[in-house]
Formats: sequence, structure tokens, C-alpha cells
Amino acid sequence: MHTVYKISANDQNVVEEFNARPIGHHSPALQRVLNVIRGQPVRDKYVLICTKPHQEWTLGKLTGERGKPVRLLKEQVFTSVEDAEREVFRRRWERHTGTKG
Amino acid sequence: MKITGYADKISARPGESIRFMVNCERPRYRADIVRLVCGDLNPDGPGIREQVVPTPANTSYKGRPQKIESGSYVKIPNSPLLQNLTSFTVQAMLWPTTPDSGAQAIVSKWQDRRRSGFALVIQAGRLALQLGDGKGTVEVVSATKPLLARQWYFVAASYDAETGRVTLYQEPQTDYPTVSDAARIRKKTQLAQMGSHQAGLMFAALRTGSGKGRLDQKFNGKIDSPRLANRVLDRSDMERLKSGVPAHLQESVVGAWDFSQDISSTIVTDMSPNRLHGETVNMPARGMKGYNWSGESMDWKQAPEQYGAIHFHADDVYDAGWEVDFSLTVPAQLKSGLYAARLRSGAEEDYIPFVVKPTPGKEKKLAFLLPTASYMAYANEHMATNAGLIELLSGRLAPLDKNSLFLNEHREYGGSCYDSHSDGSGVCYSSRLRPILNMRPKHISALGGDGSSLWQFNADTHITDWLETKGYDFDVITDEDLHYEGLALLKPYQVILSGTHPEYHSLQMWDAMKAYQNQGGRLMYMGANGWYWRVAFHPDCPGLMEVRRNEGGIRTWAAEPGEYYHSFTGEYGGLWRNQGRAPQVMLGTGFSAQGFDISAPYHRLPDSFQPRAAFIFEGIGKDEVIGDFGLIGGGAAGLEIDRADERLGTPPHALVLATSKGGHTDIYLVVCEELLVTTPGLGGTENELVRADMVFYETPGGGAVWSSSSIAWAGSLSHNKYDNNVSRITHNVLERFLDPAPFVR
Ligand SMILES: [Fe+2]
Repeated sequence: MHTVYKISANDQNVVEEFNARPIGHHSPALQRVLNVIRGQPVRDKYVLICTKPHQEWTLGKLTGERGKPVRLLKEQVFTSVEDAEREVFRRRWERHTGTKG
Repeated sequence: MKITGYADKISARPGESIRFMVNCERPRYRADIVRLVCGDLNPDGPGIREQVVPTPANTSYKGRPQKIESGSYVKIPNSPLLQNLTSFTVQAMLWPTTPDSGAQAIVSKWQDRRRSGFALVIQAGRLALQLGDGKGTVEVVSATKPLLARQWYFVAASYDAETGRVTLYQEPQTDYPTVSDAARIRKKTQLAQMGSHQAGLMFAALRTGSGKGRLDQKFNGKIDSPRLANRVLDRSDMERLKSGVPAHLQESVVGAWDFSQDISSTIVTDMSPNRLHGETVNMPARGMKGYNWSGESMDWKQAPEQYGAIHFHADDVYDAGWEVDFSLTVPAQLKSGLYAARLRSGAEEDYIPFVVKPTPGKEKKLAFLLPTASYMAYANEHMATNAGLIELLSGRLAPLDKNSLFLNEHREYGGSCYDSHSDGSGVCYSSRLRPILNMRPKHISALGGDGSSLWQFNADTHITDWLETKGYDFDVITDEDLHYEGLALLKPYQVILSGTHPEYHSLQMWDAMKAYQNQGGRLMYMGANGWYWRVAFHPDCPGLMEVRRNEGGIRTWAAEPGEYYHSFTGEYGGLWRNQGRAPQVMLGTGFSAQGFDISAPYHRLPDSFQPRAAFIFEGIGKDEVIGDFGLIGGGAAGLEIDRADERLGTPPHALVLATSKGGHTDIYLVVCEELLVTTPGLGGTENELVRADMVFYETPGGGAVWSSSSIAWAGSLSHNKYDNNVSRITHNVLERFLDPAPFVR
């Protein structure tokens, strides 16, 4: 999905809400931000690699090209899904707003 | 994954044999037959539970790599008429879908080792004729204009062996001013002659390399009415050949293939007097509208002459066709259940699941109907790696395990009926004669909700886990058994338990379950989104199913207008709801909303306090919240959820016992078949259609139906060591359903 909504400094107040609960019920304002960042098209889209199922994860990036291996970003290892969500949110926030969240 | 495999059967009775085909890139592997109890790796759940069953098949085997050759095509065996061609004309109607994706063969009589014969191809996006003299010299004559994707063309080429002259025709059927995609090329070649060889004729591919060679230059798109003649035809004769073989051309025509004949089969019929019939390989799509489709008929049975196209895909696959590595004769004493051949080589592992059915006459009172048709529809789905929508639908990053990563890279393993082909057209056929790597214990699926993240097969092991833990004696039977055996399969049982997501049903399956209900049978619907799509099984080819994504319903692709009828049976496809058989008719509830982040609990409704429902809520408090826990999204109501609706067929006497209304996130949205006018407020926090309704009602003949109406339900069964209200309700219902005392006489 390509959304028209542009994330800006006005959305700053949802960052804390996201970090407190990355998965689950969200305010409409946070959901609108998430629709933008989670709706990123398939190319270079972040995914979660189950390196040790239910114990350890790394991030990956889809290529958007069929048959091409998912690019594994091994340098950062997560021991909780929520931490991985926060990290991806942080990176995307920075990309969309040019500022650190 | 260095080891993968599949079986020739999805189920067998004691005494019957199952054959296993294994790809192993290591020197040896060990196989053990295991009874599967629980396949959930989540440490918060029961964990992996399986028991090795001693059988003669449990031993070490030599490993060997086995590969899948994907790509659909037609093969016509060689004949003297084909082999002795000197001059010729080849023609077809063509609808290329990826003309720019590299060389693609349309019609080929080619032997690559000696560069012998001809091939009408697409090269560099243009039509071309490739000729080889059999001595290593190849000449190619190409059109000068590129073909447009998804436009019909008349394409043809003739070769005059006397003069060496080639004429090429690339004629668009629609004119677009300022667009130049027509070409007629005349060119004299220097070949002394065209090479002659014994390879057969092929449509939509050719073979390169020596020996059997490698399937290559796979074509994406439709071919309609291919013709081959033994001399150079003029354009007017080519035109006459489009619709048949006129008398004056009978001597000239080598073959005139009519794909509208035998649409339900793999047979390809030559209408010429030479009868050079052939067959399709890897199940290209048939019942596809042709170049002459007028739009007046939507049904290929009514106007077959307008459905003379076959849609070929470079990534079609039916039967992997691997060599057999070992087989199992199901031991006479082995009790019915869910089993697998567990394959291990070092840290590499795969499981090939199968079902052992009961010996006839020795059925238990309870059967778990494993929704294998739904497993086939989802077989090897690539939603998380192809589309990128999953993260939005699930409100979290898409988790990928080793199986998903493997499938992303190994496209030759084929897609699911949720995927699109590489040319963007929908996958309408799915086969189980290939490794299905998401029909596996231990598999994690991006759709499975926060927590265990299980979907379909592995989610259904939460049910087998509960049944085993509670000590129930049960049989396991499959959708495919139900399709072929009908009511007789269900008849011995007091109770049938559904899977978590029994979405796909053939007419035979639907009718059998309804007949069972009408004769006193009891159905426990342990899931949601059930009895939703209509499917067809192939009349001749085993393990092959068709789905047409028509009209409405949650769809990851849409069938093209005019292509709504199954090619396998001629039956109208799509949602059962659009054929007067909404899920509510079978289950009391039907698909209403979906979301894949977290789940919600149920709250009791006034109907749950009626005496008729007392047995269900024994031991449950008046205000008790039901299922605010679980491995699938942390609640019992979630992922896909169903609601009661009398207008869609919920019986008027049905009791709506509990609902999850109001508990869902806004990731949950009303299903699209409910939307006539789009309005704001379609999400779980606002819309009353976003809910799972738990329902109970009595059926004729003393039977009854109980529906959880949630895919997540089974994920809550094991909470607190199986001592919880979801487990208790399920237990209460099952105990009463096993009691033969009729509900209503
Ligand atoms: Fe579904």
C-alpha cells in the first residue's frame, strides 16, 4: 500500500505509545502512522528472521524480486519480538521524518 | 533446507502403502514414522510432542538430490509428419503476459544438441523464428516491433525450403493509434536446409542441452489455436485455418490443435486428419477465454469455441515426479491419527505428514476431519515474501522461518492459490505431489497471530494435542477422503471435529457434511472461515485441486471476467455464499472479519443461560470472560472470525451463546463481501460485524452443531495445563455430543 499520509513532527506523540506496546491496540493517531510505515512496499521491506524459533531473531530485508534470497541483517540479534519491532520503527521513523524518534 | 520430501497419498488405511519421495543433498538420512501430537515450538505452549512408531520403514537411507522442473507446456510426440517437414507454416493466436522476460518458445520442434529444427519464439520482446540446420548453424528472423503484454496477436511464420525465404507475421488484434506493434518481415536465410530430428513438438517451451535436456524458454501467457502446415501458406489460407481445417487445406495441414476440446483433462486434441494429439504437462490453466471471446458467454461449457486458449506459466507445477525413496505399509494395528515420516540428516530435518484412517468397521465415535483441501489451497504460499501486505494485515513484522526462506528462493516448488504467478495471473490450481513446506509441524507462519504464529496444518496440531491430552479416542480423516467417499466416511461417527480453518469444500464434501448433519450427526466447528470457497478436484489427476477466485470474498487475486467456471468440472467457482450456501447454513456462523495481530475474549450472551445451553456452560461463571488467554494472539477469538446471521442461513432456533464483539483491534476489518457501500468505521473498535459468535443449535435426527467461530480458539485449549474455560467448554460440548441421546427427537 502506498499511503498519502506524511509522517511529521506532529506525530511525535505516538512514539512513546508505540514503544510501550508495539503489537496490539493502538490509538487512531498511532495506527495512521503505522499504516504508512508497515505499508511499505515489498522492495527493501523489513521482515523478522526466526534464527532460533521463539528465542532469537534478526532482521531481514525483502528484495521484491522472486527467488532472490532475503537479505539477512545479522549484526543485530533480538531476544524479543517487541525489541525488533521497536528497532524497525526507529529506523523507519528516521527515514520518514529525517529525525530520531 | 537440504532435505525435503512428499508422499503420494495424504491418507491411507492399515494395510495400504504410502510412498515417500525425498530430496536429500547429504549422503544419508534417517527416516522415522512418528505420531504427531503437537507441532508448536512456542515454549509457552505444550511444546513439540511426537512419538516414534516402530515400523520397517524406520531406518537410514541413501540421500540423493531430486529437483522439480516447473513450467507448463504441451508435448506432442514426434511423428514422421513432424520429422520430415521441410517447408512449413506455423501460426497461433497469442496473448503474451511477460514478453520482456527473455526468450520464450511458442511452438517448437527443436533439438538443441544439434541445433536442429525450428522454434517460433519471443526474443527481445519480439516475435522471431529460429531455424537450425542440424549442423550447428542457427538463423533467427525477428520482427522489428515489440509485442505488448496482455494483447492478442495473430503470429505466424513460414519457411520455404526451396528459396530459404522466411515470412514472419506479428499482427495485433487491437489497433492503438500511435502504437506500433505490427510487423511483417520477409527475409531470405542462408540455411541449406532445416535439420530433422526425433524430438517431439512442444508448445510454450523447448528443451536445451543434450539428452532429455532442460526445460527452457518457458512461455508466460495464452496460446490459442496453434496450427502447423507442411508448406508455405498465404495469409488468406492462414486466416481460414484459424477456425478449422477447410477441405482444400487438408493435405497441407500437419496439425490444428483445439484447446477447447477436453478442457477438463490433460489431453490436447488435434482436429486435423492426422490426429497428432498431445498432452499438457504441469497443469497450465484451461477453460481460459480465447482471442475470440465475445463477453456474451461467461461459461466455457456454453461457448467452448471461445475458450480455446491455454494460459501457460513458467512457474506451474503439478507432479514433482521424483523417484521413490522408501515406502510404508501401514501396520494393521496402527491406530488412526496424524502421522509423519520424519527425515533427519544431521541438523537438517523435514516431515512428510500423512493420515492413518481407521480400518473399516473399527471406527471410533469421534473423528477429526483434517482440512487437507485448505492445506492444498495454502500450499507453499509466498504471501510474506511476495506481497508485503502481511505486515499491514498482521500489525507486526512478518516472521520467516527456514521453510519460508527456502520457498522464497525455490520457486520451482510452486505457489499456492493465494499466490500469483510470475506474470501476475492468479494460481488457480494446487497440487500436493510436491513438498508442501508450510504443511509441517514446527512451521511458523506470518499469518498465525502474535505468539505461536501458527496457521492451518500446524495450528491444527493444537487440536490433536488437546484430544490426546484429554485421553479421547479419535480417528483422523481428511477432506480428500470426504470428497471421494462421501457420507459413508462420516456415517460411523457420533461427532466430527473440524480443523481451525476448514475453508475449502467441493460439492461432494459439502453435500456429505450436510447429509451427515441431517441424519443426527454432530459437528463441532473448531475454527472459522469455514465452508467458504468452492473447489474442484481433478477428475483424473490425483492430488490436484482448483479454486476460481470469483466475484467477492477476501482474495489475494481475482479471476478474470469470463473465467469463473472450474476447468476441472465445469462447475461455477467462487464463494459458496454466492451459490446460496453461505457458511451459516452449515455452521450457524460465517466469515465476518479478519485481522492477524492479537485476539480477543468472548463474553456470554443471554442465550447462554437458556436450559438448552446449560451443558455447554457447566462450571463456567455467569460473568466469566471466556478465553482471555492463548497461544494465538493471546485470546480465543481471533485471526479470522465468523458471525451468526439469519439472513445468510443461521437457523432461527440457533442460540448465540457468546461473542467477542468490541474486543478487537482496528487491524480487524469487515470482510469485503459485506461491503456494498464503503463507509468509515470498518475496524474492530467500531464495527459490530467484527466479532466471533459462539453458536449452538440442534439439527434434524437428534444431532447438533456447536461453533467456536474463531481460528484462534484451539490455541487457548492448553492454557494453564489445559485447565481453563476454553478447554472446559470444548470438553463439555464434546462429552454431550458423544452421548448418543438425541438432542431433539
Ligand atoms: Fe482463510
